Amino acid sequence: MNNRVVITGMGIYSVIGKNLEEVCDSLQKGRSGIILDQSRKEMGFRSGLTGMVDRPQLKGVLDRRMRVGMPVQGEYAYLATLEALKVANLDQDYLDRNEVGILYGNDSSAVPVVESVDILREKKDSMMIGSGYIFQSMNSTVSMNLSVIFRLKGINFTISGACASGSHALGIGYLLIKQGLQEMIICGGAQEINPEATASFDALNAFSVRESEPQKASRPFDRDRDGLVPSGGAATLILESLESATRRGATILGEVIGYGFSSNGEHISLPNVDGPRRAMAKAILDAGIPAGEIDYVNAHATSTPAGDGNEAKAIDLLFGEYKTPVSSTKSMTGHEMWMGGASEVVYSMLMMRNDFIAPNINFENPDDSTRCLNIIRETKPAIINTFLSNSFGFGGTNSALVVKKFQL
Amino acid sequence: MQNDEIITKINSLLINEIEIDADQISPEADLKRDLGIDSLDFVDLFVIIESNFGFKMKAEEMAGVKTLEDFYNYIIHRVNPN
Repeated sequence: MNNRVVITGMGIYSVIGKNLEEVCDSLQKGRSGIILDQSRKEMGFRSGLTGMVDRPQLKGVLDRRMRVGMPVQGEYAYLATLEALKVANLDQDYLDRNEVGILYGNDSSAVPVVESVDILREKKDSMMIGSGYIFQSMNSTVSMNLSVIFRLKGINFTISGACASGSHALGIGYLLIKQGLQEMIICGGAQEINPEATASFDALNAFSVRESEPQKASRPFDRDRDGLVPSGGAATLILESLESATRRGATILGEVIGYGFSSNGEHISLPNVDGPRRAMAKAILDAGIPAGEIDYVNAHATSTPAGDGNEAKAIDLLFGEYKTPVSSTKSMTGHEMWMGGASEVVYSMLMMRNDFIAPNINFENPDDSTRCLNIIRETKPAIINTFLSNSFGFGGTNSALVVKKFQL
Repeated sequence: MQNDEIITKINSLLINEIEIDADQISPEADLKRDLGIDSLDFVDLFVIIESNFGFKMKAEEMAGVKTLEDFYNYIIHRVNPN
């Protein structure tokens, strides 16, 4: 079977906006969501920079049992999914009567692990931990909670692929629907925002220390980039077969036409050129289009010296002759890690549907490795018919997705 | 602590911590069937009682506790054993 796979809903809860409308406005204006969190400095962080968004208030929205097992990234994901279901015109009655699945990207849940062990150490009695922490602390917490809240009956698990988790979740969802194994899957990615989740990452000297200018700290591809800025939130996309979307008269927002994946097979944290190149090449091959037909590349580029340089070389190998426009929305959002692969498809979808390319803010000067790319510095009106979105992660996991405007 | 104070405190904890509707609170209410307190809520009640009354409930002592009145009596007995 070779079903066409379409996107009929999307939702976002991000440091640059709490819904699609706010996020689209931020993307168009090049607005940063980065702050300096002084509490991290007091804790001993090398860098206190982070993306930040308000914690959702779900008391009165979800009952206690649904809330008590849900960590903050689950709350972000719940709100993103509510918006995606609304956009897709899907209600609870539909979810009850049909086999709808969930594949969500998530790769940590630090706070409940820390808090529950702190309680054990203090009280010396596991019975004092309570009922919620076990469900909050597992990596599968998001898919676990949302599948219960929305009473889902299809495939149900979490994809943990480091900073490519959200992208792989979409890719695997695409493959399952393409092969006819599921008609509809809620896909996405979620990332907690808290010092507990990022302290050990800060220990790698990987974060920008441009603390005097938080909104200029994330500067992918720029000569003076000095590291990434951790961030978070959640993004959800509703993937379904074209047949299902047509049957229920859904508005089709886009079509997933390619997924490529690879592993570097080298270093646990240092990226290379060949792994990303192979993932992109496989996605383009799967899409069945020439690379020159891709109108925009949403780069993974996180603002690290080595990562951006190697990605630039990989993009240049495939797109150099076309001077394809490239930007990294992480310049505004920071690095949304487990969420990023899904959120960046949402960001690119918003660009495609609203005829613009969001800027790679803070890109002032290229270096020798990034000079080759056509990096978009300021918001640019553009017709995007097809885009490619990159996501790479620790362990050398790589994912690339190709999405196209829908045409019958 | 007087018995009526204990009952008032238990009711308040059930309403505010377990989020049971106030109008469902009555001594004859069955904890599971009428108040919807499931096995996971009981785990949280262990924590709530310890932090508010200063003692740890024992699972084996809860076997005969079916109604809210049973629960009041159990807590009263643990707080005021004499």
